[in-house]
Amino acid sequence: MVKGYAGKFLEVDLSSGALKDIKISEETLRKCIGGRALAAEILWDRLGDRWEEVDPLGEENIFLALTGPLTGYFPGMRVCVSAKSPLTNGMVGSTAAGEFPLELKCAGYDGVIVLGRAEKPVYLYIDDSGAEIRDATHVWGKEGKETVRIITKEVIEGLEKKRPKERMWREPAMLYIGPAGEKATRIAAVIQKWTHACGYGGYGGVMGSKNLKAIVAKGTGPLPEVHDIDKVREIIDKVTASCLENEMMRRWGTGSAGYEVGVDTSSEPVRNWQEEWHDERSFGVDRFERRVWIKRYWGDYGCPTTCLKVAAILDGPFKGAITDNPDYEIQAYMGTNLGIFEPEANVYVAARSEDLGFCGIQTGNVMGFAAELYQRGILTKEDLGFELKWGDAKAFARLAEMIAKREGIGDVLAEGSYRAALKISKMKGVDVTKYVVHEKGEAIGAHGIRSGLDYPPVIAYACSVQGGDHTSVAGLPPGKSPSELMWGFLDSGVICGFNVTEEQYDLVWEMLRAVTGWNITMDEWNTSLGPRMLTIQRTMLLLGGPDLFWDPAKDDDNPPRFYEPLPSGPQAGRAADRDEVMAEKKKYYESLGWDELGIPKSETLKKLGLEKLESAVERVRSRLSS
Amino acid sequence: MSSEEKPYQIWIGRNYANCSGCRRCEIACSLYHEGRIWPEASRIRVFMLVPTLEIPHLCAQCDDAPCIPSCPVGALSINEETGAIMVDRDKCTGCGNCIDACPGRVPVIHPTEKYALICDLCGGDPQCVKVCQEGGYNALWVVKREKKSVSYKLYAKEPKEIVKELAYKFYRDLAEELV
Repeated sequence: MVKGYAGKFLEVDLSSGALKDIKISEETLRKCIGGRALAAEILWDRLGDRWEEVDPLGEENIFLALTGPLTGYFPGMRVCVSAKSPLTNGMVGSTAAGEFPLELKCAGYDGVIVLGRAEKPVYLYIDDSGAEIRDATHVWGKEGKETVRIITKEVIEGLEKKRPKERMWREPAMLYIGPAGEKATRIAAVIQKWTHACGYGGYGGVMGSKNLKAIVAKGTGPLPEVHDIDKVREIIDKVTASCLENEMMRRWGTGSAGYEVGVDTSSEPVRNWQEEWHDERSFGVDRFERRVWIKRYWGDYGCPTTCLKVAAILDGPFKGAITDNPDYEIQAYMGTNLGIFEPEANVYVAARSEDLGFCGIQTGNVMGFAAELYQRGILTKEDLGFELKWGDAKAFARLAEMIAKREGIGDVLAEGSYRAALKISKMKGVDVTKYVVHEKGEAIGAHGIRSGLDYPPVIAYACSVQGGDHTSVAGLPPGKSPSELMWGFLDSGVICGFNVTEEQYDLVWEMLRAVTGWNITMDEWNTSLGPRMLTIQRTMLLLGGPDLFWDPAKDDDNPPRFYEPLPSGPQAGRAADRDEVMAEKKKYYESLGWDELGIPKSETLKKLGLEKLESAVERVRSRLSS
Repeated sequence: MSSEEKPYQIWIGRNYANCSGCRRCEIACSLYHEGRIWPEASRIRVFMLVPTLEIPHLCAQCDDAPCIPSCPVGALSINEETGAIMVDRDKCTGCGNCIDACPGRVPVIHPTEKYALICDLCGGDPQCVKVCQEGGYNALWVVKREKKSVSYKLYAKEPKEIVKELAYKFYRDLAEELV
C-alpha cells in the first residue's frame, strides 16, 4: 500500500445507484499527488475526448471530492472539490478547510468520484463499513445551518442505534449545498461547517444538478500509515512553532485586510471595483473584534493558527446573523464591494449568503455589478422589484435570496457576472460587459492589480488556469510564492496555504517525503509534475464549451476596468499597462512551454508525458483558426 | 509537575467556551498513546455537534467512579498517584458497560483493539493540556486535585446537554434554532 493514502476511492453512479471502491495506481498517485492535480488527471481521462460537449450542469459531468497525502498531517487540512466548471468551462481545483477530509480518510477513502444524476434528492453517506445513497427530500430546500443540524442529528442517531456499544457517537463531517446549489446557480459553493466554502469553480451548482445535497462521512480508523512518523511529528512541531508566532494572523485572521487592503495597497474592490481605495476606519478589524466577535479563535482539525473568529449579531436590525470573521475576501465582497462599511451589515450579508449556499466572492461580485447597473440607470427598480443602493444590506440580502431561488432578475444573475452581463446587454441593448470584473467567466478575488502594490502580478488572473482565483495567481518566476505552481501543490497536498510561509515552504516537501517516502523535490514539482497539472488545466480551459469558448488572443487579459485609472486615493491614476501585461504573458507562457497564445506545444506534451492531450490541442488550434 | 515536587493527584480543568475546535489535544493524545493520528482512539474527544460550539470531552474522575463497579471483569481501577482511572487492557473485554455507567458516556472502545479507552492523565503530565496551553486557548488546564469534590462529577455530562447551555451562552435566544 502507498504510504499516506487510505488506498481506495469511492465511485458512485447516481444514475444507476451503483457504488464501488476503486484503486488508483502508485504511478498515477506519485505523478498527481492528490487534490487538484489528481482531479485534472481523472477528469481528463474520463471526459477529455469530448470536453467541449460536456455540460457542466448536466448528468455527464463528474464531481470529485479529494484529499491528498498531506491532508491531516501538515497542520491545516483542506478538501479539494472539482468537476468541469460551470463558470470557466475549464477545471478549477476548489478547496476549503474543515473536517470532511479527515472523516473521509478515517473511513478509509482518499476521495469520492460522483457520476450521473439522481432521480430525486439524495445524500451520500460514508462510514468505515462502506457507503450508501440516502434520501434527501427532507433536507432539500433547507439552508446551510438547518441542513447541518438535521443531517448531524440523523447520522448520530443511526450510529447510536446500529453500533451502540462502541462509543457515544459524535458528529460526522459533511460537504453540502444550500438552495443556491440546488437551483444550479453557477455561483453556488460546496460548503463545510456553516461557513467554509469551496467557492471558485461554481461546484455547488454541479452538486445541485446531480440532485446531491450532501456527502457525509464518519470514520473511526486512524489516518493512513506514513513512511516516517517521527519525522512527521518533528515537522508538525516546526510548523506549529512558526504558526504560533504569527500573532497578526492568529489575532485577526485575514480580517485586518478589510481596512488595510483599501487604505494601504489600494487594491480592494469598492462599489464593483469603481474604486480600490477607502479609508473607512469604521471597517477596521478592531471594530469587528469589539462589536461582533463572540469567539476569538476558531479553527479546524490540527490547525495551530485558528485564524477564524466567530461573529454573531444578537440584536438590532441584523439579529440572527452568524458567520466567521468574516475573512478578508468576504469583508470585501460582502462589504466594500457593495458599499457596506459597517461590521454588523457585513456580517449580515455574509451570513445570508452562506446560509443560501453561495460563493461569497462570485455573489458579491455579481451583486456589485447589478448595483452599478442600477447606479447607471441601466437596471431599474422595475427590473429588480426594489431599489438597490450602495450600502443597503437588506436590499442585497433580498437580491441574494432572489438569485438563490432564480426568481425574476435573480435568474439572470444566477448565471454569474459575465454570463449575466451578456444577457443584460442583449435585454437592454447596451454593452454592459465592460463593467464586469471577471476572468474567463469567474469573478476575480478581492485583490486588484492596478496599484501594483498588492501581491498579484499583472498577469495573475489573465493567465491563471483557474480564472479569477486570487490564490492560484499566474506570475514569474513560477514556483515561488505566490504562483500557480506553488498553490497548485498546496491544492494537491491538500493543505491550507495560510500555514505555509515562504520561509517554511521547504517543510511542505519534507512532509511529503516523510508521509509518502517518495523523493519528490520542489524542483521536480516545478519543472515536471506541476507544469503537467497546469497543462491539463490549460487545455481544458482552451477547449471550453458548450455555452462559451475562450479566445486566448482576446480573453487572456484583464477585465476592462483594470485598465481604467484608479480614481481615488494616493494611488489615483494608476492602471494596468497593457504592454506590460502582453510582455509578461509571453514570458509566462514560454516558461511553461506553451506558445504565444498559451497553447501547449507538442514538444512540451512529450516532455511532460502528456501525449494523450495532442488531439485535444489540435481541436483547440482548429477552432481558433476557423 | 516538576520532578522536585511531591507527586499529587491532578484533574483537568475545562472551559468549553474557550475551545477553538483545533483538536490538537486529540492529535497529541493519539500520538502519545497510539503513535498515530487517530481521532476516535483519542482519550479526549472534542464534540462539534453544533459548529462553533466545541466541547472537549474526557474523563471527569468522579469521586465515586461509577465505571469501576460496572466492569464485570475488574479491569478498572484508580491510580492513587495521579487520580486517573486506569484500564487493564489485558482484562478488558470491550463490553462497553463502563460507557453506560458513566454519567457523561465518556469511555470509548478502541476502534480496532476492542478495549476501553479512558484518560490516564499521561501519568500526570497530560499532553492535551500542553498543546492547549501552548495555543493560548486555556480550554484545558491542570488542577491540583487535593480533596474530593462532588462537583468534579458535574463535568461527566453528555455533550448534547452541554451544547444547549453553551449555545445559550453564545447565542441567547437564537440558540433554539441551532441545537
